[in-house]
Amino acid sequence: MIQAENLSLGYDSGANIIHQLTLTLTPGHITALVGPNGCGKSTLLRGLSRLLKPAHGAVYLDGQDIHAMKAKDLARQLGILPQAPTAPEGLTVHELVAQGRYPHQNWFQQWSGDDERIVAEALEQTNLTLFADRPVDTLSGGQRQRAWIAMALAQQTNVLLLDEPTTYLDLAHQIDVLDLLAELNEQGRTIVMVLHDLNQAARYADTIVALRGGQIVAQGTPDQVITSENILQVFGLDADVIVDPVTGTPLCVPIGRRGGRNKKAAASINGKVKTVIPA
Amino acid sequence: MTHLSSYQTRILGSRVLLLPGLLLSLVLLIGCLLWSITLGAADITPQVVYAALFDFDEAEFDHVIIQTVRLPRVIAGVIVGAALAVAGAIMQGLTRNPLADSGLLGINAGAAFAVVLVVYLLGTPSLSVYAIAALIGAGLAAAFVYGIGAFGGATPLRLTLAGVILTAFVSSLTTAILIQDQETLDRIRFWTAGSLGGRDFAIITQTAPLIAVGLVGALLISRQITTISLGEDVAKGLGQDTLRIKLIAAALVVMLAGGAVALAGPIGFVGLVIPHIARFIAGVDYRWIIPYSAVLGGILVTLADVAARVVLRPLELPVGVMMALVGAPFFIYLARWKVKR
Repeated sequence: MIQAENLSLGYDSGANIIHQLTLTLTPGHITALVGPNGCGKSTLLRGLSRLLKPAHGAVYLDGQDIHAMKAKDLARQLGILPQAPTAPEGLTVHELVAQGRYPHQNWFQQWSGDDERIVAEALEQTNLTLFADRPVDTLSGGQRQRAWIAMALAQQTNVLLLDEPTTYLDLAHQIDVLDLLAELNEQGRTIVMVLHDLNQAARYADTIVALRGGQIVAQGTPDQVITSENILQVFGLDADVIVDPVTGTPLCVPIGRRGGRNKKAAASINGKVKTVIPA
Repeated sequence: MTHLSSYQTRILGSRVLLLPGLLLSLVLLIGCLLWSITLGAADITPQVVYAALFDFDEAEFDHVIIQTVRLPRVIAGVIVGAALAVAGAIMQGLTRNPLADSGLLGINAGAAFAVVLVVYLLGTPSLSVYAIAALIGAGLAAAFVYGIGAFGGATPLRLTLAGVILTAFVSSLTTAILIQDQETLDRIRFWTAGSLGGRDFAIITQTAPLIAVGLVGALLISRQITTISLGEDVAKGLGQDTLRIKLIAAALVVMLAGGAVALAGPIGFVGLVIPHIARFIAGVDYRWIIPYSAVLGGILVTLADVAARVVLRPLELPVGVMMALVGAPFFIYLARWKVKR
C-alpha cells in the first residue's frame, strides 16, 4: 500500500507544485491520475517513486518511508516508467528488458539462469519474444512502449507507476498498451498511471484521482469522479457525461464554447440523447 | 530465437564473439606496437627489435635506441590512447551525449593550461608536479563546463558549447604564457600540441598508476554506466544511486584525462572517435565498450604516431595534429547525423 502524507513537492527553483497532499492508493487497483497540464500529476508520480524528494511530508510503502529505504530495496517493490523514455541507439529489446534485473543483482551475484527465465517471461507477456534481438529504436511506437513495460516487468515489482504510458501512440496502440496494463493488474499488480484521456481513465481505472493546482479535487470510482461538475471544476470545461456504450463507464463529451461547429446538427440531436447522466 | 540480421547494428552480433574479438584487437595492438618500434629516423628490422626487447645488449646502438627512445614512446602512446578513449566512453555513456570527449569538453585544455602555468611559475618542477597540476586543471575544467553547461538541462549542445568556450579561453591563456616566456615555450612547445616524442620511463611511471586506477575503476562501474545510459530517471527507478555513480565517473574521467595530458599533452578526438567504433563493433554494453575502447584507443594513437613520424620524414609532427586530421571529419559526421536536436 502506498500512502502520501502531507506531501509537498517542488523543483529546486520556484514554489511547490504539490501542496500538503494526503493520498492512499488501494493495493491491487489501477489508479489514474488526471488533471489539466501543469496540475502536478506527473510531479506527484515522481514524488510517489524516488525521482523527486519531498519538500515536506513523506511517502510510505507498506508503512516504510520510501526515502529511508535502500534504493535497490525500493526498486524491487516499486517500478517506475518515466514519460517517453529513449533507449540508446542500437540497444536490443532483450538488452533493455535485462536491465530490469538491475535491482536484483550485485557485485557477487550477477547474471543467473533465473534472470534469463524472468526476462523471457517478460518478453512473452508483452508479445515481444520474436523481437528480442531487434534494436529498440527500430520498433514501432507501441512495440517500444511494450518493451519498456517488459523491462519494468522483469523488475518484478508489485507496484508499477507509469507517466503517460500512451503519449505519442496512435489510438490502436494506446488501447493495446492499456489492455496490457489491465492484464498485468489482473495478475495482482498495483498500477498507478498518469493519463491525459479521461475516457480511457474511466475505462481502465478502478480509482481516479483528479488534481488541479497541486491539490486533489476529486477521488473515487470513475462514476464518482467523472461528472460534469468535476470536469468543470478541474478543467474549466463544460461537458456532458454519458454512458460509454461499450463498457458502461462514464464517457465525457466536451461541449466547448460553441457546442461544436455544426449548429444545426447540434440542435437536431438536442434532447435525444437519453444516456446523459443527470447532474 | 530468430535473428533479424537486417536490423543488426553491430559487427559482433553474437555475445560469444565478444571475447575473441577483444583478444584479436589486443593482438592487433601488439602488432602495431612492434611495427611502430621498427620505424624512425633509422629503420630497424623486426629481428633487431625482437632481440632488443628479449635479449638486450647495451653495446648495440640500435638496442639502446629501442629501449630508451622507442619503447617508452610506444608505451606512452598506448597508455594515452587507452586513457582518452575510456574517458570519452564514460562521458558519452553518462551524459548520453555522442559528442562527449575530454578534448571537446575542455578538460584536456584545462589540464594543459595547469601544466604550462606550473612550468612557467616553477621552472623545471619535479615530474610528479606535472601529474598533480594536470589533475587539478582537469578537475576544475570539468566542474566549470558542467556548471555552465547544465544550466537548464545539460543538453549535448550546451555542454559542447561550454567546452568550446572554455577551450578557446584557456588555450589563449596558454598561448599568452608561452609567447611571453621563450624558455617555457622551448621546453614544452611540442607537448602543448600533443606529442609522444621525448617521453621517457620517468614520466610514464609518474602518470601510469593514475591511469591504471582510472581504467580499473571504469571497468568496475561499467555495468552501472550501461544502466545510467538508459536515462537518469530510468536508472533511479531501477534502484541506482545515480549521484554516486556520476561523481565516481567524473573522478575517473579527471584521472584518465589528467594523466593522459600530463604524459603527452592535450590530444583531442581519441575519446570522441573510439567509443563510437567500440559501440559499432561490440554494441551498447559498457562492460564491453570500455575494454574495447581501451585497446582500440591504444591502436589509434599508435597508428597516428606512426603517421606523424612518416608523412614528412625526417620531420616529425605532433601526434595531436594527426589526430585532428582524423577526428575533425568524424566530428562533422557525428554532429550532422548522430546528434538529435
